Amino acid sequence: MIAFGQFLEVLVSGLLAGVLYSLVALGFVLIFKASGVFNFAQGAMVLLAGLALVRSLDFMVAKGLPFWAAIIIALLFAALIMAITAWLVERFVLGPLINQDGLTLFMSTIGVTFMIEGGAQMLFGSDVYPLRLFPSDAWFLFESSFPGGILVSKIDVWGGMIAAVLVVGLALFFQKTKTGRALRAVADDHAAAQSVGISLNWIWFIVWLVAGLVALVAATVWGTKLGVQFSITFLALKALPVLIIGGFTSVPGAIVGGLIIGAGEKIAEAYLGPFIGGGIEYWFAYVLALVVLMARPQGLFGERIIERI
Amino acid sequence: MRRLTLALGALALGATAMTEPALAQQNEQFLPALVYRTGPYAPNGIPFADGVADYWTLLNERDGGINGVKIISEECETGYATDKGVECYERLKGKGPTGAGYFSPLSTGITFALTEKAPGDKIPLLTMGYGRSESKDGAVFPWNFIAVGSYWTAADVAIQHIAKELGGMDKLKDKKVSLVYHDSPYGKEPIMALEARAKVNGFVFKAIPVTHPGVEQKSQWLAIRQDRPDYVLLWGWGVMNSTAIKEAAAVGYPRDKMIGVWWSGAEPDVTPAGDQSTGYKALMLQHGAGKFKVHADLEKFVVSKGKSVAKDDFAQVLYNRGLLNSMLGTEAIRTAMKKYGNKPMTGEQVRWGLENLNLTAERIKELGFEGMVGPIQLSCQDHQGADIARVQQWDGKEWKVISGNYKADLSILDPLVKEAAAKYAAEKKITVRDCAKES
Repeated sequence: MIAFGQFLEVLVSGLLAGVLYSLVALGFVLIFKASGVFNFAQGAMVLLAGLALVRSLDFMVAKGLPFWAAIIIALLFAALIMAITAWLVERFVLGPLINQDGLTLFMSTIGVTFMIEGGAQMLFGSDVYPLRLFPSDAWFLFESSFPGGILVSKIDVWGGMIAAVLVVGLALFFQKTKTGRALRAVADDHAAAQSVGISLNWIWFIVWLVAGLVALVAATVWGTKLGVQFSITFLALKALPVLIIGGFTSVPGAIVGGLIIGAGEKIAEAYLGPFIGGGIEYWFAYVLALVVLMARPQGLFGERIIERI
Repeated sequence: MRRLTLALGALALGATAMTEPALAQQNEQFLPALVYRTGPYAPNGIPFADGVADYWTLLNERDGGINGVKIISEECETGYATDKGVECYERLKGKGPTGAGYFSPLSTGITFALTEKAPGDKIPLLTMGYGRSESKDGAVFPWNFIAVGSYWTAADVAIQHIAKELGGMDKLKDKKVSLVYHDSPYGKEPIMALEARAKVNGFVFKAIPVTHPGVEQKSQWLAIRQDRPDYVLLWGWGVMNSTAIKEAAAVGYPRDKMIGVWWSGAEPDVTPAGDQSTGYKALMLQHGAGKFKVHADLEKFVVSKGKSVAKDDFAQVLYNRGLLNSMLGTEAIRTAMKKYGNKPMTGEQVRWGLENLNLTAERIKELGFEGMVGPIQLSCQDHQGADIARVQQWDGKEWKVISGNYKADLSILDPLVKEAAAKYAAEKKITVRDCAKES
C-alpha cells in the first residue's frame, strides 16, 4: 500500500509539474503557430516578465500601496514591458527579416534571448526576488488509505488551473476573434495573408505580445515557486521536449506533452534514478521526446506537413 | 633653431608623459577576479565579488596598496561555467607587470580545470573553502591552496554537530543521513568523507543528486518524505539552496534537521524561501555575517568615498567571505615581499608567500578580522592551514551562531587526503615534492 501511495504521489506531482512546463511551452507554440518562428527567447521572456512584475510590486508595496492595488499596477506594468519588447522585436529583428528562411529567424531569436537576458538583469537586477502570489504549502490527501497521505502542492494545483484557463482563452482567441483568424492565416501562408490585406508587421507584434503575456502568466506561477531569478530561463529547456511530444503547432498538444514529460521524468527519477545514479530527469525528458520523434516526427498533435517537390 | 628647440622640448615632454604611467605600471600588482555577476548563480556570486573588490580598494585607499605597491584588478565574468572560467584565466594570466598574482575562481569545476594549467603557468590558485579536498596535500598540489577548510572538513564537522544534537557520537549508529547535492564536482566532493564517516560511526548514508541548476527537486524530496532520514545535509549552490528549503517545507521535512555546507549558508539561500527557512542550519567557514573592525575601515575609506561596489550585501556572509579571500591573498603577497622585496610579485613568488603564510591571532587583530577567522598557518605540506568550522541557524531574520568551533577529525580525514592525493599524483605522473627538504 505504501508503495502504491508513493507511486501515486510521484505521478500526481509529475503531472502537475508537467502542466507548469506547458505554461512555458504555450508561448513557443503561439509564436510558431502564427509565424513559423521557433522562438528561442521564450524562457528569457518569462524572466523579463517576472522581473518587471516583482520589482515593480516590491517598489509599490514599499511605497505603502495596498497589496491588491500594487499587484494590479505591477501586472499592468509588466504587460507594458512585454508590449514594448514585442514592438522592439518586431521593429528591429523580425520586421527586417520578413521572407527570410526559418533558420535565419530562429538564429535571430537566439540573439534576442541574450539581449533580453542581459537587459532584464541590467534593468531590474540579478538577485533572487521572492514573489508570493499563491500558497506554497501542500495538501495531504487520502491519509486514511495511505500512511502520510498523498502530497499535492497547492502552487502546482494553482498552476494547473491557470493553465486550463489560459488554454480555453487562447482557443477562443484563435477560433473566435478576427485577429486570431488572421494569425492562423499568416501561419498558413505569409504571402497569401498579405495579399488579402493582413499586415504582417501588426500580426507579428500581436503574436509576440500574446506570447509575452503568456510568459507573464508563467512567471507568476514559476516566480512564486522558485523566486524570480535567472534560473527561470532554464525552463525553456524543459519546454523543448514538451513541444517535441505535443507538436509545435498545437495548444492542447503543449498540455498533453507537458503531462507526459512531467509524469515520465518524475517516475523515471524516482524508480530508475536509484539504479543509475540519480539526477536523470533532465535528460530522461529528452529520451521520451526522441522516442516520440521516431514514431511521429510531427509530434502527437502536430500538423503533418506534406510538401510537393 | 627655435623650432628645433621647441620640437625637442615637445619630444622630451611627451617622453616624460609616456614614462610616468609606464613607471607607475611597473609598481602595480595585478590581481584578476573571476566573477559571476550575471546568470543563475549571480545572487551568490555578486556579494563575494563585492567583498573581494572592496578589500583591494581599501588597501589602495588606506595604505597605498601592499607595502606601497598599488593593486590593479580586472573582473572577468565566468557565469560559473567552466569553459568561460578557463577562457578568463587565459585572458588575464599575463596581465600586469608580473602577470596574475593568484586566481580565485569561486567554482570547484573551474578549479578542477585550472589545477591542470596552474603548474605550467606558475600561478597559484587560492580556493578558500572549495576545490579538491585532497589539494590540502601541498606535496602533490604545489599550486592549489584550499585555505581555511575543505569539503571534507565541512562534512566531518556536520556529522560531529549531528552527533552533538543526538547526544553523542555513539548515538549516530543506525541513524539515516542523506546528502542532497548539486550534481557537479562541487556537490560530489563530500561523498568520500561521508562514506568514511558512515563506516566509522555506523549511520546509513544516502547521496541524492540534483541536476544543475537545481530548480527541479520534487522527486528528490518526495523520496526523502518516504525515506524519512534523521538529517539532511545540503550541498547546493545558488537557486538550488532556496528551492531545497522550499521543497523541504512542502513535504514537511523539518528545517532544523537540515544542515547546509558553508556555500549553502548565506542570505540569498534563505531569504527567497521566506518563513519556510526559519530553523535551517548551515556550516560557517569560520566567519559569518556582521560587522567587524575591518568594516569600520571599509566604511571610512571605501564606502564614504563612494568607491564601494557593494549595495545591500555589505557585511553579509558572502561579502565577508570575499573580504577574507582578498585578505589571505594580499597577506600572502606581503609575506612574499619580505623575501623578494617591495615590488609586484610573480605568481611563483606569491606561491612562496602562500606556503609561508602565518596569520597569527595578533596579525588577524591588526588587520581587523578578529572574530571572523582564527589563526591560519600554511606550509609546503599543509595547504589548508585550519580544520575548524562552526554552525549557524537562520532565525527568520538573521543568522545566529549556535555552536562553538568543531575541529575536523584528522584521524579520519588525513588518510583520505593522502590516499586521494597519491592517486592523483599517480594518474597525472606528478613527482611528489619532498617538503622536508624545502624551506
